[in-house]
Amino acid sequence: MIENRKGDWFEPRILGFLCNWCSYAAADLAGMSRMEYPPNIRCVRVMCSGRVEPSFVLEALREGYDGVLIAGCHPPSDCHYQSGNLKARRRYYLLRKLLRELGINPDRVRLEWASASEGQRFAEIVKDFTERLRRLGPSPLKVKRVGAE
Amino acid sequence: MNDVRADLKNLKIGVYVCHCGKNIADVVDVKRVADFASKLPGVEVAREYLHMCDDVGQEMISKDIMELGINRVVVAACSPKVHELTFRDTLRKAGLNPYLLEMANIREQCSWVHRSDPDRATEKAIDLVKMAVAKARWLIPLETKAVEVTRSALVIGGGIAGIQAALDVADNGYQVYLVEKGPSLGGRMGQWSKVFPTMDCAACILTPKMVSAAQHPKIKLLTNSELIEASGSLGNFKVKIRKRPRYVDEEKCTACGLCAQKCPVRIPNEVDFGMSSRKAIYITSPNAVPLAYSIDGENCLYLKRGICRVCERVCEAKAIDFDQKEEVLELRVGSIIVAIGYDPFDPTPLEEYGFGRYKDVVTGPMLERMTDPMGPTGGAILRPSTGKPPRKVAFIQCVGSRDARFNLYCSRVCCMYAIKDSLIIKEQNPESDVYIFYMDIRAFGKGYEEFYLRSQEAGVKFIRGKVSSIREDPRTHELVLRYEDTLLGTALEDSFDLVVLSVGQVPRADTDAISKILGIPRSADGFLMEAHPKLRPNDAVVDGIYLAGSAQYPKDIPDAVAQASGAAARALIPLSMGQVYVEPISPLIEEDRCGGCGVCVKLCPYGALKLEEREDKRVAKVDEVLCKGCGTCSAACPSGAVRSRMFTEEQILSMISSAAG
Repeated sequence: MIENRKGDWFEPRILGFLCNWCSYAAADLAGMSRMEYPPNIRCVRVMCSGRVEPSFVLEALREGYDGVLIAGCHPPSDCHYQSGNLKARRRYYLLRKLLRELGINPDRVRLEWASASEGQRFAEIVKDFTERLRRLGPSPLKVKRVGAE
Repeated sequence: MNDVRADLKNLKIGVYVCHCGKNIADVVDVKRVADFASKLPGVEVAREYLHMCDDVGQEMISKDIMELGINRVVVAACSPKVHELTFRDTLRKAGLNPYLLEMANIREQCSWVHRSDPDRATEKAIDLVKMAVAKARWLIPLETKAVEVTRSALVIGGGIAGIQAALDVADNGYQVYLVEKGPSLGGRMGQWSKVFPTMDCAACILTPKMVSAAQHPKIKLLTNSELIEASGSLGNFKVKIRKRPRYVDEEKCTACGLCAQKCPVRIPNEVDFGMSSRKAIYITSPNAVPLAYSIDGENCLYLKRGICRVCERVCEAKAIDFDQKEEVLELRVGSIIVAIGYDPFDPTPLEEYGFGRYKDVVTGPMLERMTDPMGPTGGAILRPSTGKPPRKVAFIQCVGSRDARFNLYCSRVCCMYAIKDSLIIKEQNPESDVYIFYMDIRAFGKGYEEFYLRSQEAGVKFIRGKVSSIREDPRTHELVLRYEDTLLGTALEDSFDLVVLSVGQVPRADTDAISKILGIPRSADGFLMEAHPKLRPNDAVVDGIYLAGSAQYPKDIPDAVAQASGAAARALIPLSMGQVYVEPISPLIEEDRCGGCGVCVKLCPYGALKLEEREDKRVAKVDEVLCKGCGTCSAACPSGAVRSRMFTEEQILSMISSAAG
């Protein structure tokens, strides 16, 4: 398993949940515009950020992802489904509290907005999150799992 | 209907990895991806091929379905937004339920964005295939549902694009509601006098179209109206239109104009960009359709302060009707065409050009109004400061366009309208000098290059270079331009007595409001986004909504008309089919699991869920027509009873675990 104390060559694994209408389209646009970003993220397409159950995020962390990105349409009113993004945001704040109580740095989970025209922004988000997770180091859950094996 | 569990027995998954020519294969080791995929549990066969979407590729998949009994298909290729429908069709034709397909996006979200790291791009592609295979195991066969279409269309915007689209749909025999915000049809084209490259008068070609639209038995024209609400989907939209009162009976008004003569309120005329004034009761043009005056409620003394009513007293036709009230109309339509047009760029922020400070610095559209016989100067091009014809005129191109401070795009009309206006100036006063300062002259349309040559032959001088500043001699109002002639390679100064800023097109001020009401996104430039930049330029991102004219991107008249006819042809498809197939997006509710708590009912943004009484308990019930398939209900259901059919919990969880650390 890749890790070291300094964390400088540690490559975090990120799981992304992208809403179909804005953020998944932004990720596609980044591709169409050939904008490079680190290959650390794997994305799951959902119709709306409001579909993302907090348990999906917890499950991803438990499975060993170092970070989870949820990306949807800009609030208040870009959401294709009127208010799914607002519901995602409410759940996100509760989730952060829960993570803190579980002893997991809440910064491992990130909620972002990227509209269908913001390919550049999507690429920046992934770059920035990857960098941030590199500094945070491997997920404590992953280290335990590795130790147990 | 309660069979919502995937059949995990007898799984035979086929994985098809596409090279996309070199688009994927140049970065991702497609062979390694296919080899890896062939070893995943449940995978019967994994193949790679040059173009999975071509005949041979699709044939490869259907042959495997028919001969090997493949019952789940994973295509690792481009974004599902590009080819999901193509491959669903492949499955359907081979006799497999089209929803037993999952795509892994290894082009837009892998090879195209990780070009400098092929090894890690290949690892990522393998992970994306693992995830798609994991989801494929849990796919459920689903049925599309045929829904009757409301056979009518809504066209928003009464400019040339909206008129053309409305006429095309109506000529096919379907009812059209043509909604125009202002009191008359005509839009921007109605403001122009002569149009390039034919120099014919805009009114002469536009007015007959306006009249045909207004008189068409299948077109219901709604002026002073705007869209305020929309719901529904392809084939069946429900829209609300607010119709503001005109306070003049369209049928009775003879457009004699006596009312406007007597009206005491004088305000700047927006048609002339403030170069002339109009009254509170007014008509936008003598060619207005409908040909009836209209009272502007914001400025009318009676409506604002309860005094006056002069117009009512002088009107011989008794057409004034202050009792008219605002109405909200509810319409049902099958297709929506958005043709809301553009605004001219406002050059005030370019302080170096002094627009708004110097009287003799005007915009292209303002000059346009001067050339109109019905315009503020009766058709003569005059210096605003002196009211005399200019002797030396400068056009500055790309004002607000191709400028990183404002808009990066080319507005596509300014070169040609400046050339046209330069010819009109030369016609009116052959002695005058006309200079055009440009970065590049873009004369790309039919007959445009020839038109450009005509202006050169007429003696118009083209200077390649950007004007850096304008200063005014306060006494003579002479304008001194500082510019670089890039062909000579020197900085120069020269004085002019009229400067025209060739401003481009920007999204109309209400574009944001319309995009929110209809739920259609905008591109980075602010214009409404098309479903595909090359292959679906007429479609908005949402099915059943189409784009026409400059609402999508700056356009000249021929392009706007062509796109409008294209949008009409697209909008006619659901209308003439009579039925549309709705994707199985609504959730399935497992009644034995549902506890009847009602959390989903409260969360649904569409009111598509409600609780129903059963013998022993209450259960949630979904209205498939209202549901849009966001899945918020599934995410919130505490007992896992509300199941998003295409994004089930098992599907997502298995994707998560399949490629974890």
